[in-house]
Amino acid sequence: MTTETPEIPPETPPEVPVDETTSWRGLAEVDADEAAERMTAGTLGGGSKRLLRELLAPYKRAIQVLIGIVVLENAARLAIPYLVKEGIDTGIPPIREHDDLEPLLVIVGIVLVATITQALARQLFLVRSGQIGQDILFEIRRRVFRHFQALSPAFHDGYTSGRVISRQTSDVDAIYEMLETGFDGLVTAALTLVGTAGLLLFLDVKLGLVALTCGPFLAWLTMWFRRESAKSYKVTREKVALVIVHFVESMGGIRAVQAFRREPRNQEIFDDVNDQYRRANLVAFRLVAWFMPGIRLIGNVTIGVVLLYGGYRAYHGDVTVGVLAAFLLYLRQFFEPMMEISQFYNTFQSASAALDKLAGVLDEEPSVPEPTDPVELSGGVGGELRFDHVAFEYVAGRPVLPDLDLTVPAGQTLALVGTTGAGKTTLAKLATRFYDPTAGRVLLDGTDLRDLRTDDLRDAVVMVTQENYLFSGTIADNIRFGRPDATFDEVVAATTALGAHDFISAMPDGYDTDVANSGGRLSAGQRQLVAFARAFLADPAVLILDEATSSLDVPSERLVQQALRTVLAGRTAVIIAHRLSTVEIADRVLVMEHGRIVEDGAPADLVAGGGGRYSELHEAWLESLA
Amino acid sequence: MMTTPEAADPPAGIHSLWRLRGYLRPHVAALSIMAAAAVAAVGLTITIPLVTKAIIDGPITDRDLGALLPLGLLALGLGVLEAFLIWVRRWVQSNAVLGLETEIRHDLYERLQELPMSFHTRWESGQLLSRATQDLSSIRRFAGFGLLFLVLNILQVTVVTGVLLHLYWPLGLVVAATTVPVVWLSMRFEKAYVVVSRRVQDEQGDLATRAEEGAVGIRVIKSFGRSEHVSEQYEAAARTLYATSMDKVRLSARFFTFLEVIPNCAVVIVLLSGAIGVGKGLLTPGELVAFITLLLSLVWPVASLGVILAMAQEAMTSSARILEIFDIEPDIVGGTQTIAEPRGHLRFEGVEFAFPDSDEPVLRGVDLEIRPGETVALVGATGSGKTVLTALVPRLFDVTGGRVTIDGVDVRELDLGHLRSLVATAFEEPTLFSMSARENLTLGRADATDAEVEQALDVAQADFVHDLPWGLDTRVGEQGLSLSGGQRQRLALARAVLAQPKILVLDDTLSALDVHTEKLVEEALQRVLADTTGLIVAHRASTVLLADRVALLQDGRITHVGDHRELLATVPAYRDLLGSDADLPVLEDEVPA
Repeated sequence: MTTETPEIPPETPPEVPVDETTSWRGLAEVDADEAAERMTAGTLGGGSKRLLRELLAPYKRAIQVLIGIVVLENAARLAIPYLVKEGIDTGIPPIREHDDLEPLLVIVGIVLVATITQALARQLFLVRSGQIGQDILFEIRRRVFRHFQALSPAFHDGYTSGRVISRQTSDVDAIYEMLETGFDGLVTAALTLVGTAGLLLFLDVKLGLVALTCGPFLAWLTMWFRRESAKSYKVTREKVALVIVHFVESMGGIRAVQAFRREPRNQEIFDDVNDQYRRANLVAFRLVAWFMPGIRLIGNVTIGVVLLYGGYRAYHGDVTVGVLAAFLLYLRQFFEPMMEISQFYNTFQSASAALDKLAGVLDEEPSVPEPTDPVELSGGVGGELRFDHVAFEYVAGRPVLPDLDLTVPAGQTLALVGTTGAGKTTLAKLATRFYDPTAGRVLLDGTDLRDLRTDDLRDAVVMVTQENYLFSGTIADNIRFGRPDATFDEVVAATTALGAHDFISAMPDGYDTDVANSGGRLSAGQRQLVAFARAFLADPAVLILDEATSSLDVPSERLVQQALRTVLAGRTAVIIAHRLSTVEIADRVLVMEHGRIVEDGAPADLVAGGGGRYSELHEAWLESLA
Repeated sequence: MMTTPEAADPPAGIHSLWRLRGYLRPHVAALSIMAAAAVAAVGLTITIPLVTKAIIDGPITDRDLGALLPLGLLALGLGVLEAFLIWVRRWVQSNAVLGLETEIRHDLYERLQELPMSFHTRWESGQLLSRATQDLSSIRRFAGFGLLFLVLNILQVTVVTGVLLHLYWPLGLVVAATTVPVVWLSMRFEKAYVVVSRRVQDEQGDLATRAEEGAVGIRVIKSFGRSEHVSEQYEAAARTLYATSMDKVRLSARFFTFLEVIPNCAVVIVLLSGAIGVGKGLLTPGELVAFITLLLSLVWPVASLGVILAMAQEAMTSSARILEIFDIEPDIVGGTQTIAEPRGHLRFEGVEFAFPDSDEPVLRGVDLEIRPGETVALVGATGSGKTVLTALVPRLFDVTGGRVTIDGVDVRELDLGHLRSLVATAFEEPTLFSMSARENLTLGRADATDAEVEQALDVAQADFVHDLPWGLDTRVGEQGLSLSGGQRQRLALARAVLAQPKILVLDDTLSALDVHTEKLVEEALQRVLADTTGLIVAHRASTVLLADRVALLQDGRITHVGDHRELLATVPAYRDLLGSDADLPVLEDEVPA
């Protein structure tokens, strides 16, 4: 293990989650994301409300205009049944009586105008609201990505990359989904409900009141559905997550599955989670199976009652046939959006959970802040690195470095040797300002790292770790990562110095080989050589190698070591080593233990001194060569 | 894990869906009820406006109050019945289609577990997952909804048009004539919509890849101070997605506006000509109202036909993607033989191996014999094929030439389960599943007793398991407690030891252990290996010392076999790999996790 991030043992025995039904899964703490999912449905946390307000703020005017458009659109839409009534009641009699088409033509003309108005307003509304939605989405994406980039390595150590990715994919998608379908649906449904109710009362108060008695039933049914579907949605999400995890892990670990004849037991477990998912889905489907016909029942009964009562009143001449027709048309419009609410609700719920999680991320502060008043490194970087009584702890009360005082003169190559947990990696992380010291100062050419702009610091100090991540793109792109303006000759010079030129030239497309496509073909050692070339091309004044050669086999490592001698000349270097041959190229060796320096000197002197830890190691090494 | 943008979908057609019909068989009764309920509900949708017409023309226009109550109650009753039929359809449907989905998923998983490593190295788990989730959902949607309404909507459109023609034929003719272009247009819209949605999906995939790189490569990005650069790249990709999404917004704005406008246009025509018809006495007022209501009831079935046809297309593609998996026959199938009293005599005879997608052989004639109880260390440069050689024994891969035998029997003739019970491997990259530590340990032997588990933990120096919050019941892996590399390797080792194999393969299993722990593990392993045949892939001299003999793998062949010191003295290539450099011993134990 190269990372020294301590796993914090729970201080108090965590609560045993109660919903474990199957023993194979084992017990674990409920993680924060799941907890967000479990939050009561439909309520936004304070952070996400603030985020939402911030995101919407630039569109205040646009939203007001949109509301105007949507009201116009709905007015035009709702006018049509009323116009049908007018057509029947005032358009027909003149035709019947004296063949006068004019009143009818006027009304039909108005219907046409209303139709066109509605179409235009709707089109405008959909495009404009879609655009605002996309703008907001873009802004969320931009902010979240940049924020993750700004957050310190300390944050990323505790927040797995899987979670970072799902924040930016599935959570953003959930919000996208809501913006795409939900917003329009909700606004239209609300306006239709209010508008229709008003119009019904306007057309005929008594008949309107009778029709609207369905209101409380609708409200009750919708509330019941809302409550129940929130519950079932949560369960369904949990169950599908189980299916996905088991599926992906079985396929990812298929080698172990097959080698250990795990298939039958796996199938048993999969059938179990698959069936749990089926049952959870069944509950959700059956809720809809109650809700949809329920709405239809209320609608049909209302229409039946309106027909009876309306027919009775029409018989007595209290309402016209046109009014009755308009009622029937309005009631159709009244119940349709209610059906859609059922589909909209889950979208809203997952979007609000997603928003909560994103707001949580955006509320995180980088623990390594930019200086408010940065100091310029005047006249190039010398590369003197000084630890001035530095103390550091990951967990309060458990110091990793109690009090480190160390100066690495410019140009020196320093090797760090010591046990796992001695603080070597921590030292490297402080030198690159992945973390800030708890006490004391880290100085580059006499300037506190906290006073340097990140860009300046990164130009001066570069770290290569065992984690040789390559980005999608060509090999040359990857080597140029730290210095995009490097010429091809400079790239080749860097790889040649490392002995990597030959294997790269031998790739199908040479330096233009896409690493993603041939990812499997680049061995761990080759990837590491590319990562080295990347660091050398960046040409930093201070180079830190944290176990950077450990994934190389011995022959490749030897090649790198030869290169190191030339490349490190005139450069400050800190090498965390695990092989003695690496230490041999250093000017100076530090042996560390429990965060303290126990031996310090040139390798030859330490061996010559005898009796020390380093000379013991050296002897053991010589013995193994025998 | 990321889904890579996938290659072209397999050719899809109605035959792909038809091939899955077997899954419908157990649900035939339910599906029949569903169809019957749906047909009846459509009938009622058509009947209710006709009752309305009767009320307007009868009691109201003809002043017949006595007919109002029965007709009104009829409308009410039919309305209740319609709701009931919808309930029946949905209730029965949910059980059937979820059953269907679950059964296909079961079979898919079963098949995937059977398919050999050569398949799984080619397919990313993300691609497989999208088949087990999204593709199955699209088939479920079509089976439960699309198929039914495809038939029903055509039925409804036909019947209603007939009724309209009967009510007032000139208007009916107008309606009938307009259905065709509406269906055609909505289909075209839907197709264009599918294309732009695909593009949005692809671009979302690109963006996700960049998000992934930004997350996984964060330390490299920070080291080089390149956050601004990757942020700009991400934003450029997000901007492309923005533009495409706006295309989609505009397209769907047109589509949905179109859907809303048709009924209104129809109302304009019907109102104009219908009102004239009523005025001239060709049509009763009730008929006009019924006409409008019926016409409006047609809007959804007509417009949705396009959507449903697109849904059918999607379901066909999905079923083709699933059948693509079902059609791959596992090429590693077990034989029939078993070894009654296995001794663990392992031989590689002229073994050759090349990966399926490569012409370059990795192994070019490996000959190696490991006698019962003997332990051989395998040494070779990175990429020399050591891991693949060990994978040939439990037939995770099959040889492409030569043969591997156990006690004289070709492994390809052995029953697969039997073979894999004889061989256990502790892999270099230990796979832990998000399950309890116990479940992970007993992977190869679900029936292991507590004492045996203890013993295995002891050999692997994995007692730390007892210090986890819930001991052996603690969930480990991705979704559970994270363990250090050394801890995971020790669990994987304990897992292999617990399987009590005749042949134990250790694929560089101890690489993440510090020297102190490694020493303890090796001492314990000595006891296990005393009566087990061992094959150990080694990178360190200390691991090599566990073995009785060392074999050097070079250029796809075993070039030297002998004792460590002997090889060190006589073979320069061997000295290159192991001799001239030893790992720097770490001074003490790892930090307790």
